[in-house]
Amino acid sequence: IVCLIDYMLESNKESLKLEAMKRVVGLIAKGKNASELFPAVVKNVASKNIEVLKKLVYVYLVRYAEEQQDLALLSISTFQRALKDPNQLIRASALRVLSSIRVPIIVPIMMLAIKEAASDMSPYVRKTSAHAIQKLYSLDQDQKDLLIEVIEKLLKDKSTLVAGSVVMAFEEVCPDRIDLIHKNYRKLCNLLVDVEEWGQVVIISMLTRYARTQFTSPWKEDGVFDEHSERAFYESDEEKTRNEPEAKPYMMDPDHRLLLRNTKPLLQSRNTAVVMSVAQLYWHLAPKNEVSIVTKSLVRLLRSHREVQYIVLQNIASMSIQRKGMFEPYMKSFYVRSTDATHIKSLKLEILTSLANEANISTVLREFQTYVKSQDKEFAAGTIQAIGRCATNISEVTDTCLNGLVLLLSNRDETVVAESVVVIRKLLQTQPTQHSDIIKHMAKLFDNITVPMARASILWLMGEYCERVPKIAPDVLRKMAKSFTSEEDIVKLQTVNLAAKLYLTNSKQTKLLTQYILNLGKYDQNYDIRDRTRFIRQLIVPNDKNGALSKYAHRILLAPKPAPLLESAYKDRDRYQLGTLSHTINTKASGYLELSDWPAVAPDQSVRNVEVIEPVKIHHFIFPSTAHPTPSGSDAESRVENSSQSSEESDESSSQSEKSSSESESDSEKKKRKTKTPLQKKTVKPTAKDGPYLSKCYQPTFCSSDLFIFSLILSVCPPVYSALSPLSLSFPLQVSGPAFVPEKSHDLLHRMTGKGLSAQYQFPRQPCLYQPTMVSVQISLTNTSDHPLEQIHIGDRSPTGLNIHCFNTVECLEPEASVTVFMGIDFNDSTQAANFQLCTKEDHFSVSIQPAVGDLFLPITMTELDFRKEQGKLLGMNESSATITMAAENMTSQPISRPVATVANLGVVPSGQDDIHRCVFAGKTASSGAVVLVTVELRESSTALITINTEKSVMGSMLLRDLKQALAQA
Amino acid sequence: MIHSLFLVNSSGDIFLEKHWKSVVSRSVCDYFFEAQERASEPENVPPVIPTPHHYLISVLRHRIYFVAVIQSEVPPLFVIEFLHRVVDTFQDYFGVCTEAAIKDNVVVVYELLEEMLDNGFPLATESNILKELIKPPTILRTVVNTITGSTNVGEQLPTGQLSVVPWRRTGVKYTNNEAYFDVVEEIDAIIDKSGSTITAEIQGVIDACVKLTGMPDLTLSFMNPRLLDDVSFHPCVRFKRWEAERILSFIPPDGNFRLLSYHVSSQNLVAIPVYVKHNITFREGSSQGRFELTLGPKQTMGKGVEAVLVSSQLPRGVLNTNLNPTQGTYTFDPVTKLLSWDVGKINPQKLPSLKGSMSLQAGASKPDENPTINIQFKIQQSALSGLKVNRLDMYGEKYKPFKGIKYMTKAGKFQVRT
Repeated sequence: IVCLIDYMLESNKESLKLEAMKRVVGLIAKGKNASELFPAVVKNVASKNIEVLKKLVYVYLVRYAEEQQDLALLSISTFQRALKDPNQLIRASALRVLSSIRVPIIVPIMMLAIKEAASDMSPYVRKTSAHAIQKLYSLDQDQKDLLIEVIEKLLKDKSTLVAGSVVMAFEEVCPDRIDLIHKNYRKLCNLLVDVEEWGQVVIISMLTRYARTQFTSPWKEDGVFDEHSERAFYESDEEKTRNEPEAKPYMMDPDHRLLLRNTKPLLQSRNTAVVMSVAQLYWHLAPKNEVSIVTKSLVRLLRSHREVQYIVLQNIASMSIQRKGMFEPYMKSFYVRSTDATHIKSLKLEILTSLANEANISTVLREFQTYVKSQDKEFAAGTIQAIGRCATNISEVTDTCLNGLVLLLSNRDETVVAESVVVIRKLLQTQPTQHSDIIKHMAKLFDNITVPMARASILWLMGEYCERVPKIAPDVLRKMAKSFTSEEDIVKLQTVNLAAKLYLTNSKQTKLLTQYILNLGKYDQNYDIRDRTRFIRQLIVPNDKNGALSKYAHRILLAPKPAPLLESAYKDRDRYQLGTLSHTINTKASGYLELSDWPAVAPDQSVRNVEVIEPVKIHHFIFPSTAHPTPSGSDAESRVENSSQSSEESDESSSQSEKSSSESESDSEKKKRKTKTPLQKKTVKPTAKDGPYLSKCYQPTFCSSDLFIFSLILSVCPPVYSALSPLSLSFPLQVSGPAFVPEKSHDLLHRMTGKGLSAQYQFPRQPCLYQPTMVSVQISLTNTSDHPLEQIHIGDRSPTGLNIHCFNTVECLEPEASVTVFMGIDFNDSTQAANFQLCTKEDHFSVSIQPAVGDLFLPITMTELDFRKEQGKLLGMNESSATITMAAENMTSQPISRPVATVANLGVVPSGQDDIHRCVFAGKTASSGAVVLVTVELRESSTALITINTEKSVMGSMLLRDLKQALAQA
Repeated sequence: MIHSLFLVNSSGDIFLEKHWKSVVSRSVCDYFFEAQERASEPENVPPVIPTPHHYLISVLRHRIYFVAVIQSEVPPLFVIEFLHRVVDTFQDYFGVCTEAAIKDNVVVVYELLEEMLDNGFPLATESNILKELIKPPTILRTVVNTITGSTNVGEQLPTGQLSVVPWRRTGVKYTNNEAYFDVVEEIDAIIDKSGSTITAEIQGVIDACVKLTGMPDLTLSFMNPRLLDDVSFHPCVRFKRWEAERILSFIPPDGNFRLLSYHVSSQNLVAIPVYVKHNITFREGSSQGRFELTLGPKQTMGKGVEAVLVSSQLPRGVLNTNLNPTQGTYTFDPVTKLLSWDVGKINPQKLPSLKGSMSLQAGASKPDENPTINIQFKIQQSALSGLKVNRLDMYGEKYKPFKGIKYMTKAGKFQVRT
């Protein structure tokens, strides 16, 4: 055949060549040697005409290049040329083949090609280069440093196509270089849902390892895994907030939360490997009370193929030992069907046993009764062991189980009987006193049982409890003496043991029998038995040489023995990361990377900050991911200018105020404003809840005077909006006016970049007029140029889904004039910047508004009682807290409400008690209306405990950070 | 990751091998054969077998073992899932996935494997992309190819690979635009001796066949989405939309695909659509046993129960059976002791039954267990859970597509213990 193919390859006809190549591939597929054809095949590598021929030649080349290195080099130049091809597919495939040729001499060429491809325009080629990195590394490990450089570069790539492959290369080449991940961590988290499924698996497993080195443990210190951990979690939680305030509170790193949040949707993936990897991530990283969200998805995987079931069941077996509660509701999913494969059956049995508890044991045992009758005897034997485990674990059913097992002793099947004997032996050991009749029963059965393990077990029982059956034991020994030579080794050993024990307790009757058995054992074929016999003889038969030891013979042989623990085979599997190969085979597979323990102190989290806040490309079509929270500067230092309470402005009509806002740029309006000022001042004073402070910091000068009017307008609307917003709360959330409005304004557009147009924005902290979910933003536009600017309006925005209520177009802005406008932005409860274009007639300027987390809230009024009720609903993961050391002046001079209100737009909850050390604040998020509760408790030695309860845990933790900063430094 | 792949047939011959890294000798499969010999049934071969230098991960589909050779740590499900994807792709390409089909198309198989993995890491597994890279063989194309010497291989990079909808190929054109959705529910149940339900649950899938021109954007809504307890999606489904509105919104792949798999929440009581009356007895000392089985419909909402197939693994002691079915045909294999009865359609007026005697081994004691009865059936035009599609809308394209929705209920693992 080879000659024929050779001939065909030499021919000029392309179709004949193609046919020949197809046959060559057929030979390769069958594993036949086709290496002789190498010269003839390699000639065709540059074939122009037929793409398929080329592909088949590549297949051949990659297969045999290693064996024919010199000849393989002939083809290299073709690939080098192809690497420059304009078609990305050709570039990629050239790189693929080039890097697959395992010839050490071309390492430099490969290195060069990889470097070039890593900066290719096409993400597909870059992906190929990530694959090539691994190939080159396995060929020549000396290139490691150079390759790490390429990996570092590719890690920065923003294409979802590349992410999975480069992380794979990272895992293969330099899994210990965690530092390369820092800057890319948030990006990877955010891209994750859009990466192809195989990449997701690799990235998730890498991030699991990363998180274990970078974040502190979300598990409470005492929360070592045990079956009660869930209850313990909540208990300790409550205790911590009430009784043990000095315990260090845990606050989850926002990046840690980001990872958990972004992987959760992947539980819905159709790819079982992805679901499993998310499950293990939650298992290893999530707070204990969140782990159970993976249960449903894992149970779903049990519907998949047999092999998938096997792996998933193994992992569930490991999980269910530590956390029974997780899978107990799904117990019926683990019921065995007669059509299951044997290894699936035994895994299900294992899980059912772990899940059994006092409440469900009767159901489980009923199920087991069916299994014992199974035709699959191996499985029936496994069930008996499982019953034994249930009996030891749950003391209520020990007797029931034991009786059931004794009944099985009369079963017709030998394996069942044998297994029962072994299990009964173990059970009896735990409480031998009450069960001498069972031992007698077993002695009666002894003649009929032939399975060696069972016989040995009965003999051991006889010996161990020979005092309870003084008449029977010597008789059994007599029978054994007769059949000793034909027994299995294990039975012989136990016979020797029995003889020794009887000799010590009842030497009158058994002396001769023992001598006889020891003589038989002395000449046995098996050296273990000969050894044992010699040892026993020296021990029990007194002679002059070894008197010392035989004194203790009784104590040596008849010492009380601890009962064996009937444990799961999966007990210690959790030393391996779930979902890994090592976990499955229960030994360390090569290349297994240990999961490190949580660090006691979290490493610096700022390493993950990215200098330039890159707009994350959000994949619009599927699973749109929320952007990562970016740290924003706090407004702590800003001067408090003004305040207004919802109650105070009832005398102002909305029509009047609206009119004033629309004309606010005119001079006449300014006058009007001034006249109003005293009025405002008057009303503020009596209603202010923090009276002393308010009056102190209240300043009648309005730098940005429009603010005042704005507050007039808005303070009339809250009643309307609280009625409109549909809130599923037990009481209506009354939106109140802001406690304080920091006057700090931020640059929106600098006059240099804006060609004369300058814009500043600030958050007036008022409910938005246009839509209740929006945050209102005040923008002052100033024309610093020398010509009038026309038609100032808002243009395109991004992300496109961004909900903005634009201000009315400003038709004309004269030089040196300024105008204040209001707009509403729905930030969707995230601190992601809102980007849009500010347009004039001639120009567009891209601008962005970045809210601090505190500006996304609206204060609500609430009684202390309601506050407690709400707080009670928002415990556990919805709560975050921190202890801080307060700056000295904060402790003494004023109430804490000031810095808190500066940071966040929250309302003060009037505290009924005289508890001056406790301040509580309430608010809701603008967009979703989630309640936010803040408690600040002052402690001795200038410390304070801040507790935040909200279901928006990311916002909660960001707010906590800002508050910590403000209270500590202010 | 995946080092090599060996395909092994049921008689233990390696009929195809493919290596993505350096060549691994096929002698590594000896460990697999050893395990295969130890296993009593083909299904009992453990999916993961450690050997001194490699790990073998295998799946069994269509009586072919796909054995992947692994050299270092990798999530086993990753490999298993991939191997199943390979089988699905072969099935998609060749209609069947048999040894003969693979051998006949060895070149296409090799090309596919080459595209699906690069250096052992999955590259393109999406069927729409693969079909653009490598055209599936059809009779016509095979003829044309032999004459012209042209190829099955595409020369352009599939645009989908780079686009935001990698699962859909571009430039799709149909003269008849149609979208069909099959809601198929499977009921898994264990019924105990007395006829009471031990466990019953409903799992469903929505399989779609979408042949629409251009880039259609579909939304599918349900009358009662609350029924769905746990769902998994094809990557095309927008998760956010589902979370917020319980609406399936997606740009579909071209052709056949599985849109959704779901589990119906277990709070809802499952109506078991068939019941079984059985009386299987063995008497001590006699070499005869009685066998009686009657099937009947129950709570089927007026829909007929079709394609009923009863099978049971009788105890080893049974030598032969002498049974009379009132309808359909029955067979008993004296070697495997497998009884199967092809009932067909259940007529509620005249319930099908199978009665007769079993002859047991003379002198042997009576078997102490009764066999389990496995039942398969189908109910057309009905989804047992009551799930109903409300409407299907299309955006993004102007034409009016033809839409169709079909419901069906099937027995999954439906067992009756006796």
